[in-house]
Amino acid sequence: MECALDAQSLISISLRKIHSSRTQRGGIKLHKNLLVSYVLRNARQLYLSERYAELYRRQQQQQQQQQQQPPHHQHQHLAYAAPGMPASAADFGPLQLGGGGDAEAREPPARHQLHQLHQLHQLHLQQQLHQHQHPAPRGWAAPPAAASPPSSPTPSSSPGFYRGAYPAPSDFGVHCSSQTTVLDLDTHVVTTVENGYLHQDCCASAHCPCCGQGAPGPGLAPAAGCKRKYYPGQEEDDDDEEDAGELGAEPPGGAPFAPCKRARFEDFCPDASPDASNISNLISIFGSGFSGLVSRQPDSSEQPPPLNGQLCAKQALASLGAWTRAIVAF
Amino acid sequence: MIPGIGTLTQDTLWCFSQVKGTIEFGTTEADIISTVEFNHTGELLATGDKGGRVVIFQREQESKNQIHRRGEYNVYSTFQSHEPEFDYLKSLEIEEKINKIRWLPQQNAAYFLLSTNDKTVKLWKVSERDKRPEGYNLKDEEGRLRDPSTITTLRVPVLRPMDLMVEATPRRVFANAHTYHINSISVNSDYETYMSADDLRINLWNFEITNQSFNIVDIKPANMEELTEVITAAEFHPHHCNTFVYSSSKGTIRLCDMRASALCDRHTKFFEEPEDPSNRSFFSEIISSISDVKFSHSGRYIMTRDYLTVKVWDLNMENRPIETYQVHDYLRSKLCSLYENDCIFDKFECVWNGSDSVIMTGSYNNFFRMFDRNTKRDVTLEASRENSKPRAILKPRKVCVGGKRRKDEISVDSLDFSKKILHTAWHPSENIIAVAATNNLYIFQDKVN
Repeated sequence: MECALDAQSLISISLRKIHSSRTQRGGIKLHKNLLVSYVLRNARQLYLSERYAELYRRQQQQQQQQQQQPPHHQHQHLAYAAPGMPASAADFGPLQLGGGGDAEAREPPARHQLHQLHQLHQLHLQQQLHQHQHPAPRGWAAPPAAASPPSSPTPSSSPGFYRGAYPAPSDFGVHCSSQTTVLDLDTHVVTTVENGYLHQDCCASAHCPCCGQGAPGPGLAPAAGCKRKYYPGQEEDDDDEEDAGELGAEPPGGAPFAPCKRARFEDFCPDASPDASNISNLISIFGSGFSGLVSRQPDSSEQPPPLNGQLCAKQALASLGAWTRAIVAF
Repeated sequence: MIPGIGTLTQDTLWCFSQVKGTIEFGTTEADIISTVEFNHTGELLATGDKGGRVVIFQREQESKNQIHRRGEYNVYSTFQSHEPEFDYLKSLEIEEKINKIRWLPQQNAAYFLLSTNDKTVKLWKVSERDKRPEGYNLKDEEGRLRDPSTITTLRVPVLRPMDLMVEATPRRVFANAHTYHINSISVNSDYETYMSADDLRINLWNFEITNQSFNIVDIKPANMEELTEVITAAEFHPHHCNTFVYSSSKGTIRLCDMRASALCDRHTKFFEEPEDPSNRSFFSEIISSISDVKFSHSGRYIMTRDYLTVKVWDLNMENRPIETYQVHDYLRSKLCSLYENDCIFDKFECVWNGSDSVIMTGSYNNFFRMFDRNTKRDVTLEASRENSKPRAILKPRKVCVGGKRRKDEISVDSLDFSKKILHTAWHPSENIIAVAATNNLYIFQDKVN
């Protein structure tokens, strides 16, 4: 495809569009932003594939050292699984990383490659986070297809979306690595999802009860069919079926969620941190929402858990360890 | 050539008829035409603009003296349909732009149309008044009340002719039913109901009831983060009042039968063409999004418009369209720039002619295209002030893709992407078309020999 722009420019342009749509007259256009998010996803996949190919090459050089470690380590698996990996990202099309839709994902080689990349990414995350006590989050499993209404067009046609998390040193606290805040314009409920943890958007508060819990549990899969929003004292909803009056998925073994001050969408102030990687005006629309391609394949015995997806601006991509705080406007 | 039946053979020549709108530069945004629609007889032509106004043109009676000239369209009524609003709860401004106008079939002397902006649908009654009562007993000539004690005689008021006055009154307001932006309205063939569609839901209304509507399609996922597609257009079948279609941003069309269930989330038919993997690009999802869907007059076919093509589908074949027409394929290599300047998000509409033999859609540089389904011929015409002499024949235009540019051709890089024709309309039975070019409305007719 002839394109004068590279993936990074496309990503910046797309983010700029999403950002400017917030101030557009008439409100945020859902359709346009959905389309922009597709471009974002495609560009990001291309960028990631190139990055990971580079990482893989680096990883290959360190194979010798890691052979000493216990076999259950993830990257160990990667080292021995190397043969399946292409020599470079260019070997498979830039958009084949789950971007080609379900058809390509059903092919075992593509899925295998995807799994390889996932392992690579996990390794990179671990390298980034080794200084934190907080273990690398494994993301959360997307709600199974049964959770959606059976006739919804989404389950069978969800785009293959490779999600990656970019946790990084955070100014706010160890646990606030990456977040997505969602305002549902229908029910006026604000939800924050962070690497598989569900809690109110209260991470900005230093005395958030969640912060004191220590190492949170692993990724939490919400119960099938339940809404991942909860807000005590629910205001009236437009739809009867979206009654989120009580707490939603209380994940087994997870930390109890104390209701915190609900952050109003309008009150959200961009973080004033001087951290260059903190792109406060970033808007990630549906960044963490698309169900991972692999999680939609019921016949896959090994399902690497999809990662929490975040979208980053140019600087974030450059560092790959950027902390992002995003607002999903729908 | 049979009058009234359109076939785009070499005999058909399109001529300029009229243009409405101002010529001056620096168009105010409010004047940009956002929808065009003929009524069922073709006697009336309605336009809506970004400023929330509706202008209705009426075709003048053809006089016996001027057989060579068909009736012209003159302004019949102008009214402010929608005003800008502010939703205080969500801190959102609601645009007054008229997204769609749909006429109701005429059942009495008055005309009825539906007009909608992003959130509210209104039913307008347009009626004529050419008589006025005179001779009130309790009021004087100027309308002031008379002192009853001064009244000594009684008379019966009589109706006297007056200058024709056309008044538009809002008869119904259908509000507060859509969380997302309304993109379509469609009147049902039962003339009692209509539907309104936004990005995620479709509601069914009865014309008489404004405080209630039935939700018949809801594609909002339980978790909004799993949203993958939105509804882009919807239309009722022209004859079967239980059937409708809606298109999606993923390039698919669903046909639903309201008899099957109250909530039509399960489609009866699903139209999708498999994607050509060799055409895959960053922008594949954008250009496959359907911007308009229209049933043929016969009800047998549907036509869809995406960014680069128009497709005709047979209702009986779901796996691929029966015809695909390239509107401006030379833009395929320019998608990057079109994405940067937002043109890739332009929503072009498409229309059938009265006999379903020719389809028409717009493009850039004020070009519009017609495709004859029988002869497979196509033509590109331009709506411009330069070609605006009365009855001037429109010369076909051609875009040069590469290599040597011939004298009359225009190169792709010279196209003016700010001049786009998104909205067109075709008279229901004659070869008269209305083309909206930004703030101007062009009316073209075929040459009467």
